[in-house]
Amino acid sequence: MDHIVSGDILNEGDRIKPRKIKQAIVEIVSDSGEGAQKCGQSFGAISAKMGNGVWTVEIIPAEIQPPARSREGASGIRVRIGSDKVSNMGNYADLVIALNEQVLYGRIRQDAYNGNTLMFIENKWAKSEQESIRQQYSQALLEFKELGIQVVEIPMEEECLKLMPDPRKGKNMWILGLLCYMYDRDIPKAENQIRRIFKKKTDAVIDLNIKLLHAGYDWAREHLPLRYEVTPMDVDDDMVVMNGNEALSMGVMASGIELCSMYPITPATSVSHHLAENFERVGGIVHQAEDEIAAIGFAIGASFAGKPAVTVTSGPGLALKTEFIGLAVMAEIPLVIIDVQRGGPSTGLPTKVEQSDLLAAIYGEAGDAPKIVLAAATIEECFHFVVLARKLAESFRTPVILLSDANLATGVQPFPRPKIDPLWLTNPIDQSPWKDGAMPFEWDENTGTSKRPIPGQKGGMYTVTGLAHGQTGKVAYDPEINQASVESRSRKIASFQKSLKPPKINGDPEGDILLVGWGSTLGAIEEAVADARAEGLKVSSLHLRFLFPIVPGLVDIFKRFKKVITVEINYSDTLGNPMVTQENRRYAQLAWLLRAKTLMDIDCFSNVYGQPLNPEKVLKMIKRELKIENSEVNV
Amino acid sequence: MLVQTHELCSIPSLDHDYGMEDYGKGVARWCPGCGGHSILTTVQRVCKDMQYEPEKTVVVSGIGCSGRFPHYMGTYGFHGLHGRAFPVASGVKFRRPDLNVFVVTGDGDCCSIGAAHWVHAIRYNMKMVALLFDNGIYGLTKKQTSPTSPLGTHSNTHPRGSILPPINPIQTTLGLANVSFVAQTVDWNSAHLYATIRKAAEHPGLAFVRIVQRCPAFMRDLYGDIAVDPKNLILLSHENGINLKPKAREAFGRVIEHDPSNIHKAREHAEINNGIPIGLLYQNTNNARYDEYGAHNLGMGVEEKKKNLESLLDQYSTSNSVE
Ligand SMILES: Cc1ncc(C[n+]2csc(CCOP(=O)(O)OP(=O)(O)O)c2C)c(N)n1
Ligand code: SF4
Repeated sequence: MDHIVSGDILNEGDRIKPRKIKQAIVEIVSDSGEGAQKCGQSFGAISAKMGNGVWTVEIIPAEIQPPARSREGASGIRVRIGSDKVSNMGNYADLVIALNEQVLYGRIRQDAYNGNTLMFIENKWAKSEQESIRQQYSQALLEFKELGIQVVEIPMEEECLKLMPDPRKGKNMWILGLLCYMYDRDIPKAENQIRRIFKKKTDAVIDLNIKLLHAGYDWAREHLPLRYEVTPMDVDDDMVVMNGNEALSMGVMASGIELCSMYPITPATSVSHHLAENFERVGGIVHQAEDEIAAIGFAIGASFAGKPAVTVTSGPGLALKTEFIGLAVMAEIPLVIIDVQRGGPSTGLPTKVEQSDLLAAIYGEAGDAPKIVLAAATIEECFHFVVLARKLAESFRTPVILLSDANLATGVQPFPRPKIDPLWLTNPIDQSPWKDGAMPFEWDENTGTSKRPIPGQKGGMYTVTGLAHGQTGKVAYDPEINQASVESRSRKIASFQKSLKPPKINGDPEGDILLVGWGSTLGAIEEAVADARAEGLKVSSLHLRFLFPIVPGLVDIFKRFKKVITVEINYSDTLGNPMVTQENRRYAQLAWLLRAKTLMDIDCFSNVYGQPLNPEKVLKMIKRELKIENSEVNV
Repeated sequence: MLVQTHELCSIPSLDHDYGMEDYGKGVARWCPGCGGHSILTTVQRVCKDMQYEPEKTVVVSGIGCSGRFPHYMGTYGFHGLHGRAFPVASGVKFRRPDLNVFVVTGDGDCCSIGAAHWVHAIRYNMKMVALLFDNGIYGLTKKQTSPTSPLGTHSNTHPRGSILPPINPIQTTLGLANVSFVAQTVDWNSAHLYATIRKAAEHPGLAFVRIVQRCPAFMRDLYGDIAVDPKNLILLSHENGINLKPKAREAFGRVIEHDPSNIHKAREHAEINNGIPIGLLYQNTNNARYDEYGAHNLGMGVEEKKKNLESLLDQYSTSNSVE
């Protein structure tokens, strides 16, 4: 970001030609309830409509309305726009616009800014009636400047007061106007965006917000000596732009699922909000159950009766659902379970990202309960993987767990508009008479799969049971039957695994380091790998979507690298920490799984700061690792 | 916001004449003398008399001795998890109004581990028959105290006698929001048992029936004396209640006239503690029904779904034409 001095901003005029840049990272932070997210989402949406790559990450405090001006209470959003596709939140912000100075402290601690960051801060606090606030304000400005950050004070309140008596609810659109000027955004698109987000409000509200937009734009034109252009891409594809939870919801609707049975839990709830708003228009319905156990039981009941169903939850809810998941495995009832992961264990970090449910998803049930576990890596996959999950659930007569996380949930990224296949939507439940003499669990000897009778089918009457049972569905008292039926259920998973292809490698098929990731870290890992390769480092990566069963061919791929390291947002012990030894070291979850699957010495890089992964941290790790290797060679 | 729709129970098929054998399967494995046997036969009789199509009938149970019930029915069955019969049954019914649904649950199943679902199932008031097999003890796991065990019950978990007063399931149910049908009967009076389940099957909502059930294996003394003579029962009688033939009526020692539309009186009768009141305590056929909401938009065609999905996608499109 270019340097400006505070004085500049008052005299510069409109004579600035936008300077071309490849990308920009902008944050808006405030107390909660000031509309920072709405502002950032709009900025992202306008940019996406202009053809830019976009990625947004919401900054969410743990409480609905934390005390004003609190350091931990930062609520806001980061928006990264680029001339190319943007796949992650990037490293340091180029510009942060803050509605008060205190919330910036939390973000500084989270390493969001560096010496190149430009800070625009609401200046009304300098004239606060409270002495303590005035002091805090001037103190903070000093501290930020000491960090090398450029601070510019902006009269947001003062300018907005010209248009409305209480700008708390209007400043965000004024800021949007400022950003539209600074990044040369299309004003008619911005106006349309305002009409869209306030579509349930009165015309007066819409007019006022459009006025605020123009006021912010005009003020910036008068006063800011900076202007950029982030050239859009040439895309022919019709694109859609939404966040991961909206994509999950749209995926549910496109998959032909007819029922979402849920219990509210952050960060999964907004999937069901979106469904509650829209599902009935496409013939579906949301059931808010009395708890997570009832939610999955209800979904299982519906699915048993031939109506495809999904239950949506997050960690604590997944824990409660385990007994029913075991039943769905045992009784072979198709079901899609979406887990939008958050920090754990227990109530953990409800609004923060973590990837700690992998092993719980795969192995969480008591008894042997193999099922399919998938993880979406992009917003686009949030959509398509629901469609896939329903298909797999029915083809293999099994529950399928689809993992997403808090980063994908609120992240926004454009992707090619899905082409809805009418076949996804057809669901005439089979009510033709059941084949004479066929058993309800007639397991195919080679694949373990079988066809299920659905209530209403004459002659198919059977009783689902969680007790051990054979092909007839009757309670098995003979131990042979149990062995055979567990084998069949396991065989189904193996036969699905046989249909999978080895994963694609990002980079060369051999080298010094192979990074292996899963879920929302895809973009950050690939960006770090690209940066490392640009520096001549022999680094590649691959990203897993199928976690259970795991894709084939991994050993062959891993063998061609000197070191394989998983990159995950979950906990692992760090060698060198007190009490940690090679023997007792706890590995990150994917690393654990891959070590067991491949018998190879796979390392991991993981942490639980509750923050999305940024490329720079990965790049640093790569460099650290390569030095270690070199020094070993030297010894 | 419930949407009034067509009658949601299935219409008996005309081209069939189902007999008792169509509703049975296998040999029930309950102890000799267990109340489960007579309840099973009675439910089969009701299904036959209602001419329910076996393939359109689903019996959902939890875990316990009672949980085995669906295995002995010739219908579809769902023997699920301990305490969780209600959510499964509700899920079955929600989008399949054409199915006849029965819930079979035990006193531990319903009033202990599944208590949350019991409360909410009553409130959902979806058309189904819920049979609480209340033997006052945990049978399947061999004699532990149940929430309905009388105070002082000697069990394997309270060998010196249970220490808390029991839950009265009908009193509790009568206190729940949107309750629409509460009846009580006993396994050993087949005429009353039949009339009760029949009335329950005809109720447009969730019909909750507590069946006082004998468990000779573990609670031989609990109803041993009472069961030998109908004089020990108190019959709640009303023209809108559960009606017995005059002959059967005469056998009861005490008869109380009780109008089942009167919930306050119902609650009073539920608390009678010097005998077992049997009959219809409460019925209201006008309550909100969640199954009607669940079925309000069934059967949308693929074309329409696709059209509406595309217009939803339009809202997210970056192309200008759809601003
Ligand atoms: C989650 C779970 N906890 C405990 C059990 C063990 N269990 C099975 S049946 C039962 C109690 C049954 O008592 P009740 O519901 O009164 O039914 P009854 O056997 O008397 O018919 C228990 C505790 C179980 N199957 N599942
Ligand atoms: S233990 Fe009791 S309830 Fe269970 S089958 Fe035997 S008699 Fe019936």
